[in-house]
Amino acid sequence: MLALASTRLTKQFRGGQLAVDGIDLAVPAGSVYGFLGPNGSGKTTTIRMLLGLIQPTAGSYSVLGLDMPGRQADALPLVGSLVEGPAFYPHLSGRDNLARLDAADRTASRASARARIDQALDRVGLLAAADKRYKAYSLGMKQRLGIATSLLRPRRLVILDEPTNGLDPQGTREVRSLIRQIAADGTTVFVSSHLLAEVEQVCTHVGVMRTGKLVFSGPLAELHGQARRLLVRTPDPDLAAAVLTGLGLAGVTISGREVTADLGDLLPEDVNEKLVRAGVPVAGLETPQRSLEDEFVELTGEGFDVD
Amino acid sequence: MSTETKSVTTRPIPELPGEQPPERMNPVPAWFRFFFSELRLVFFRPRNLALLGVLAVVPIFFGVVLRLTLHSGGPGGGDNGPQFLNQLSGNGVFLALVVLFLTETLLLLPLAMAVVTGDAVAGEASTGTLRGLLTVPAGRTRLLAVKYAAVCVFSAATCLLVTGLALIMGLILFHTGPVTLLSGTTVSLGSGVLRVLAVAGYTAVAMMSLGAIGLAFSTLTTHPVGAIAALMVLVVASEICDQLPSLAAIHSYLPTHWWLSWDGLFRAPIDLSGVASGVVSYAVYAGIFLALAWARLTSADVTS
Repeated sequence: MLALASTRLTKQFRGGQLAVDGIDLAVPAGSVYGFLGPNGSGKTTTIRMLLGLIQPTAGSYSVLGLDMPGRQADALPLVGSLVEGPAFYPHLSGRDNLARLDAADRTASRASARARIDQALDRVGLLAAADKRYKAYSLGMKQRLGIATSLLRPRRLVILDEPTNGLDPQGTREVRSLIRQIAADGTTVFVSSHLLAEVEQVCTHVGVMRTGKLVFSGPLAELHGQARRLLVRTPDPDLAAAVLTGLGLAGVTISGREVTADLGDLLPEDVNEKLVRAGVPVAGLETPQRSLEDEFVELTGEGFDVD
Repeated sequence: MSTETKSVTTRPIPELPGEQPPERMNPVPAWFRFFFSELRLVFFRPRNLALLGVLAVVPIFFGVVLRLTLHSGGPGGGDNGPQFLNQLSGNGVFLALVVLFLTETLLLLPLAMAVVTGDAVAGEASTGTLRGLLTVPAGRTRLLAVKYAAVCVFSAATCLLVTGLALIMGLILFHTGPVTLLSGTTVSLGSGVLRVLAVAGYTAVAMMSLGAIGLAFSTLTTHPVGAIAALMVLVVASEICDQLPSLAAIHSYLPTHWWLSWDGLFRAPIDLSGVASGVVSYAVYAGIFLALAWARLTSADVTS
């Protein structure tokens, strides 16, 4: 089953701007799905559509197998979400803010509200500050209260839009560990970010947006596999380059005593054997894991804030 | 999509422990829970408390001022004041009418409605809490119903607060006893107080109707100040139009035209024609603008 699925999901705003351009999302249940893309690439618009806040101009989508927006009253209680930063009543305490949202949920039980609110606050480490007014919270506390709303009750899907925005490295680590905890219960987590390093460590699947289009969607390993590189260290780089080209590898480049090439479908140990047989003195051979950031820049092209 | 995709399950969806399945919850208590949460929000918002405070000062202030001036200037307040100002020195009950008249014409009651309705949707949109409520999901129609119910309670509360305090001040500061009506007949104090409360109720209904207009404005913008200003401009424009003889043809269709047409309640026998026309006018306005608010809120993209 797919926790989130869409076909040709499209949003064109009234001004004519095509914010989301026919994306086919497929988020498997139980995955941690990193939804990546530069600012303005349509991530938040997509999330707003998935949560029924804005209506698509074309295409269809479903949440937890329920067709949206028709079944949103059934689907959304099972979905916890934080959209575009935390938003609460400044004059209410953290606890009262959560109570307000819980009261709005027609499927939440009043009897267990107090316990569930305290539990959610505890999970994000805000129990000690529960009775402080929201306006006195630091940015990190506000962000954590936002995440707490998605923990008010057991969820099957948690959608977090830029949950680490404005957090310091410590706060970012805490959010990552929270995401791991949520996912450990079997909850699907859909987390958007423009900062890749933050989600790379927790994601099982990745989708990459660029100017409203989903340019990649699949398991994280597949994204890495797509562009696996081979690096050979040798005193005879020219010979090594010739052998690699002969093996049909693309993108062979020499820099000093290092030769790199796209590994493609070949296994590094086989390439090593061919190099040695051809008389290349191999001093070192590795398949450097490129960081997601490199893949991301490759997929999205331009800089982070360009699109 | 669901039938094909269900077969590619990667991991079973776990049971949710400790929670009733959604369909088991009774919608009526859930509605009231949301409604009471809304009431708490409206009545404990610092700005609204300040508004209620200002409204509470009005009957006290005017009670004291009128007590001092009416006695030094002798009976009869001149031609500027409302009809019943002349009768105030005769009976404290009329202070409530003076205060209701003043809070309406000095736009204090309308301002209270404008502020509360401006916050209701535009305010929630501007702080971003609207998207939180909608993703809960509170339900857009349900949210509007809860919002309007709270607006109506606030309207009743403001009118009751002003009238109640004015009655108390009137009874303390002025002579009380049997009430002489505008038609010259005299009724018991109890009957007079009941008539004053009827005026308060009629005024509350007028403000509820205005609240429906305010709620519709509130769904059109994400700036609460814009919604508040729009409603106040509408009230002032309507009152000005109501004074222009050249527009006499449309006077009875203006939203504020019937606000003070309760004097029939102070005649014997009671003349309900003014009040009845007012209630019909308020119901029509409320119906139209609630429909507009609903159409707008249930179809609008929430991008704030």
